[in-house]
Amino acid sequence: MQSKVTSNRLAAILSDGFLALYFIFALFPILWMLLVSLKSGEQLFTTQFIFTPTLENYQAILFGDPRAAAGVVARQEFPKYFMNSLIVSSGAVIVSLLVGVPAAYALARYKFKGKEDLAFTFLSFRFAPELVVIIPLSVIYRQLGLYDTYWGIIWVYQLVTLPLLIWVLRSYFEDISPDIEQAAMIDGYPWWRIFWLILLPLVRPGLAAAALLAFVFAWNNFIFPLVLGGSNVQTVTVSALGYISSAQAFFNRMAAASVLASIPQIILALSIQRYLIRGLSFGAVKG
Amino acid sequence: MEENIRPPLAVRARPWLIALPALLVLIGILYPFLTAIYYSLTAYAFNRPGSVDTFVGLRNYTRMFTHEDFLYSTYITFAYALLSTGIQLSIGLIVAMLLNRDSRLAKIFTPTLIFPMMIAPVIGTLIWKMMMQPSVGILNPMLNAVGLPSLQWAAVPETALFSVVLVDVWMFTPFAALILLAGLRSFPSAPFEAARVDGASFWFTFRNLTLPMLTPFIIIVVVFRLMDSLKMFDIIFAMTEGGPGNTLMTYQLTAYRTGIQFQRLAQGLPYAILLYIIIYITSMYLIKAWGRAQRRAAGY
Repeated sequence: MQSKVTSNRLAAILSDGFLALYFIFALFPILWMLLVSLKSGEQLFTTQFIFTPTLENYQAILFGDPRAAAGVVARQEFPKYFMNSLIVSSGAVIVSLLVGVPAAYALARYKFKGKEDLAFTFLSFRFAPELVVIIPLSVIYRQLGLYDTYWGIIWVYQLVTLPLLIWVLRSYFEDISPDIEQAAMIDGYPWWRIFWLILLPLVRPGLAAAALLAFVFAWNNFIFPLVLGGSNVQTVTVSALGYISSAQAFFNRMAAASVLASIPQIILALSIQRYLIRGLSFGAVKG
Repeated sequence: MEENIRPPLAVRARPWLIALPALLVLIGILYPFLTAIYYSLTAYAFNRPGSVDTFVGLRNYTRMFTHEDFLYSTYITFAYALLSTGIQLSIGLIVAMLLNRDSRLAKIFTPTLIFPMMIAPVIGTLIWKMMMQPSVGILNPMLNAVGLPSLQWAAVPETALFSVVLVDVWMFTPFAALILLAGLRSFPSAPFEAARVDGASFWFTFRNLTLPMLTPFIIIVVVFRLMDSLKMFDIIFAMTEGGPGNTLMTYQLTAYRTGIQFQRLAQGLPYAILLYIIIYITSMYLIKAWGRAQRRAAGY
């Protein structure tokens, strides 16, 4: 008996030990990004963990670098990149909501021919290699004047946001008993009022969470604005590369930009924790 | 009662009308897909505008299959995808089982589990690149501190694949852990209690109860992670742009380099289309397997 208790104790300690090890691995890079963002240029090379923190990197990327030598790019355009990311990501989510919510409802409630094929086609966009559409779009966008425009990026982001919203919302609509609608129908409500007044409020928390998650994925996207956007719509993800691929590497500036670009998603992730698993698995796991 | 009467057209058309806006978007997305197939059958290069009308049949495809780097590109595409998915699944399963205990540490850590996955893949990769960097990096000093030699990480062919897989594992193990943890928490407690009362060993319970019931969740993880890592672009591009040399030139990176950087659209597209076919077939198969596993797990 005594030995069983000790071995259980040992198992618990070993388990916690492994868990701690994993979380050091998972969280250390984030912590280190924060540390580097607070280092001055010299401290970057001479110190590791102990140094006098400075906010000059944040100052430089937000308001311009007062000490920037001639020829060195003073990267104060960060607020512009941040706004660009905000505009294309929220634009993409709004468009996806407008077209995706009705589609998710139709796919959940009605039986019609080709329904599963239609649903799978939407899903397959999520898994399609981006370059299949990017290569032709790089030509089509230039012909249509959509290259390097907000609308161009919002349009192509539908590949990211629409499958997610349709599939997650469909699973929420399917959870609602059809009896509720039937009862309202008997009371003489037309279907669109039932949808608006009864169903939509019921799925609202799931809807909000799915929209926020779609926003995060749009915000994090890199390859679409890399190829289909230029300087007008440059997002934070594309601009992040600029800090270290130029002649001189600004690691601390890049870290500061990374921190600012990552804060929105971390906050969003924490706020939708309850709905995260269903969103991440496209409705397959109820969580 | 009125089952034999076909509902009026207005009622039958209703789902299509409701879905109409989405269908329009769908057409707008399908159009470039079809254009992609058409372009891949021409000699189109961006710097030679007239070349879009030169139809060459399957020449771009035979060119891809007979290219000297094709086999290596296939190898690196699958090596990256299978390694990252496999490692994420294994670590994710261990982490999920450890988090599914009554432990204070587990309670503190669970909310932070998602963090690496919420940071943009490009930015996460740049952080790792910075940590691997020889002058400002932190990983080599850490290795040296425990008596290990410094590594050159993604800068040399020997450790380049390891370096990008490491970043992929860091970023997406949380996905595997979260899905599997949701699975573990959804299990009924009765069979596990019965096994405990009968004095079943950990391995016996794991093999005969946990694993079969977890199969649908494992398949979900594989669907998402395998498909995403087969077409991974961000991590590899931010780390080395496919280098050093052609060490990390997967299908996606080859399609990008040929089709976008070298502007030979028609020659780049076959790589992306081939990858799409592979992904489409694999995901269809896995989703069917998921349906079967779900029914089987429900039988317990």
